[in-house]
Amino acid sequence: MANESATPLLEVENLAVEFDTPAGPLRAVRGVSFEVGECETLAIVGESGSGKSVTAQALMGLVPQAARIAGGRVSIEGRDVAGLSDREWQALRGERISMIFQDPLSALNPSLTVGYQIGEMFRRHRGAGRAEARRRAAELMALVGIPDAERRLDDHPHRFSGGMRQRVMIAMALALDPRLLIADEPTTALDVTVQAQILRLLRQRQRAERLGMILISHDLGVVARAADRVAVMYAGRIVETGTVAEVYERPAHPYTLGLMRAVPDPRDIGAPLEAIEGRPPDLAARPAGCAFHPRCPFARDVCLTDDPAPHEFHAARASACHFAEEVIAHGGN
Amino acid sequence: MTVNVRGATLAGRLAGLPLRAHLALGTVLLFVLAGLLGPLLAPYDAARTSPVDRLLPPGTRLSDGAMAWLGTDQVGQDILAEVLAGMRTSLTVALVTVVVGGSAGLLLGLLAGYFGGWADGIISRVGDIQLAFPSLLLAILLAGVLGPSMVNVIIALAVTRWVIFARVVRGSALAVRDREFVDSARVMGASHARILAGYILPSCLPPLMVAATVQVGLTMVAEASLSFLGLGVPASQASWGSTIAEGRDYLASAWWIAAVPGAALALVVVSIGVLGDLLRDVSDPMTEL
Amino acid sequence: MAGTEPLLELSDLVTSYRLRPGIGRPGGEVRAVAGVSLTVHAGETVGLVGESGCGKSTIARTIVGLVRPSGGKVLFDGRDLGALPAKELRRLRRDIQIVFQDPYASLNPRMTVANLIKEAWRIHPGLVPRERWDDEVDALLERVGLRSEHAGRYPHQFSGGQRQRISIARALAVRPRLIVCDEAVSALDVSVRAQILNLLQELQRDLGVSYLFISHDLGVVRHLCDRVAVMYLGKIVETGSKEEIYRSPAHPYTQALLSAAPSLDDWRTDESDEIVLTGDVPSPLSPPTGCRFRTRCWRAQDRCRDEEPAPAERDTGHPVACHFPGALPPPTTTAPDSGRLTKE
Repeated sequence: MANESATPLLEVENLAVEFDTPAGPLRAVRGVSFEVGECETLAIVGESGSGKSVTAQALMGLVPQAARIAGGRVSIEGRDVAGLSDREWQALRGERISMIFQDPLSALNPSLTVGYQIGEMFRRHRGAGRAEARRRAAELMALVGIPDAERRLDDHPHRFSGGMRQRVMIAMALALDPRLLIADEPTTALDVTVQAQILRLLRQRQRAERLGMILISHDLGVVARAADRVAVMYAGRIVETGTVAEVYERPAHPYTLGLMRAVPDPRDIGAPLEAIEGRPPDLAARPAGCAFHPRCPFARDVCLTDDPAPHEFHAARASACHFAEEVIAHGGN
Repeated sequence: MTVNVRGATLAGRLAGLPLRAHLALGTVLLFVLAGLLGPLLAPYDAARTSPVDRLLPPGTRLSDGAMAWLGTDQVGQDILAEVLAGMRTSLTVALVTVVVGGSAGLLLGLLAGYFGGWADGIISRVGDIQLAFPSLLLAILLAGVLGPSMVNVIIALAVTRWVIFARVVRGSALAVRDREFVDSARVMGASHARILAGYILPSCLPPLMVAATVQVGLTMVAEASLSFLGLGVPASQASWGSTIAEGRDYLASAWWIAAVPGAALALVVVSIGVLGDLLRDVSDPMTEL
Repeated sequence: MAGTEPLLELSDLVTSYRLRPGIGRPGGEVRAVAGVSLTVHAGETVGLVGESGCGKSTIARTIVGLVRPSGGKVLFDGRDLGALPAKELRRLRRDIQIVFQDPYASLNPRMTVANLIKEAWRIHPGLVPRERWDDEVDALLERVGLRSEHAGRYPHQFSGGQRQRISIARALAVRPRLIVCDEAVSALDVSVRAQILNLLQELQRDLGVSYLFISHDLGVVRHLCDRVAVMYLGKIVETGSKEEIYRSPAHPYTQALLSAAPSLDDWRTDESDEIVLTGDVPSPLSPPTGCRFRTRCWRAQDRCRDEEPAPAERDTGHPVACHFPGALPPPTTTAPDSGRLTKE
């Protein structure tokens, strides 16, 4: 899916998010830039603590209490969202940009029926009446593949299975025809066969409504299946971007290469896994130079002192590694 | 993110407490000290009466030249001495009752929560039945049958309290019983005794301590109630309840007889309640892991 | 491994839970494990895969004695665990250890690492002489990739991967012959997971320990296991060598599971080749009659409703519990939607 429209749906430039801690500000996200176009899925991949979820929250204007956006620019459909009032944000959320989460049960109100909660989107944002809201809710539920939608309108969330609940979340997220959907680990809590259903549903809705989508995930397999482009995050920064085919075929950052080799290779069964030694750095003790250098087999002196900025070395591909070409040559499999 | 609270010193923790905690703690300590040392400062003798000094208001000088700061009662006894002696009774009854009731509750709660099954069935049902019966009525019944003595008051109150402790302990035992680290001890081959002592008990103690603190206050009220009705400690021992009961007839002429012990009781019980709440808030952070 | 006595043998194992009736929920007996037979040989790694609620964790808990079976047998070293005198059972239990999924819940937060490991020797006196305890703790920690200075710390001072290493060290302390890994790497990040998987393999090579590796992650199972059993709703639907299961799966559920499992190569494959099952797993309270998978199966026929298929080597070369087993037709020869239950 190439980026077709002139202005991308979402542009992020040099985004930085800081957490205020007793020990001073901690930068959880630094210098993150990407864009998402219509009908395109960008996956943001990273391990826990990489800053991927905080990035997603920043895009929705929902950073946690202790955090704040410390720099950079986010524009949605060409409109800079810096300094939007709460009211303006509320209008934006749901209408233009929308989000689904890993755990739909905690995102749904347990004491209200599912039909009411979906219908509320129409009542609140569209001024729809009771009957109208109910009708639209039933339509949406059918659209996201909930069998017997009419009858299940009056069920409470706990009566639904995990997969069905996630469908309800998707229905709510898509109710107001947003242009951009952020899916934060949407299938992590689900079983494999249900995960396949949800990924397929997301893809179908995306195509039908020409949505831009950001898929946040830790699962390289899910990303391979669902995304067009991928951005790999490590220690708060994007270390590599490119199309899924490019990045998976020829990783250009040692961290990406390491991740690929840490997962069993479907085409080389039983080959020993190459674990990345050590573990991701604590935000408070980010190594000098390249944050990955203590774990990096390619590291040289320059990596200890110079933090490499992501540089494009190829059309629509960037890597934040001093030795990107060398990594590519090494990784060719 | 886990916060390391283990490292915090006692002094550090105390300094971090809110003002109401300091007030409550101060009040309780003051009363405990007064209860312990009071008889030395203002000796109380139930047999001694002084008709000349009857019903004097607070701040009057007595016939023997001493000052009655809180007034005197209808037989000329100093209210301050009476309240201090009553504090001692009240505290003794409350603490012993909570220790006795708490131990019984701990044991039965552990059995019910850990083993479940018929043991749980019997213990919980007996508890339910007992809770359905107003605890003060039960205490009155028991105290009436056993007759007035401090030991009997303690027995009567402990019988009404064990259920509360048993429920608290049972709840925590149930919650911990199926935790994975307990399973992993079982897989290792650990005996029930080892699991109970090393894994279940430590998790039950913090909530039990919270419950015990609150119950000390409530037991003081219950003891006062029994004494008020004349079913408490014998007349030879001072008790807030019996002092209040005596003052009832003089409410119009000498309000201080009933008001002073009443206020003391209210103050202590509220302070203990505040402490209990606080203990609940800060109690064992490790259980959250 | 053929010909030798299996180390662990489950024969027609049934484990049920009694469910109390609740609000809006009828009570009844749930047969979480409904007749499972499975063997693990010495030095072997057997994978047990299936989705949540299929009963795989109940099997784990039954094997290690946390749950009592309601039917069938668990044989270890040829001896029936249900028929052993208590003392012998206790001794034998040592041989079977478990590593749980959640490294945050499975270690007693009040014990130091050294105490967590020594606990094993307190429970089984005579295993390691007391004066050797400290040395043995150091040796075990080193064995699992930790350092001796970690011994005095508490579990919450470690990362998830390190905690899982502690759990493994603790299991190794009683010198088991079989370790049941119940989703043992599922909660870990990718890079850390690889470290733990490598550790498990290394331990097997050096100590000859067997694993029953329970997981929902087909990629990991394929990497680690010699043989694989696939479970659905309390029953094993297919067992075979790793090659048999992954190269020529014969049960439709196995095929769907493999198709649904995300892998690094998914960007290469055409999404129309995916098998996407409809619906959810039925409640184990009232499993479908006949074949339990028939409600979601695209090959189901009347016979599947009436008759439960027994596991048998039809012409598949390995046991499959399906009336109509068969290789998947190669994707190129099928029309996009024939035989595929896709949801529109």
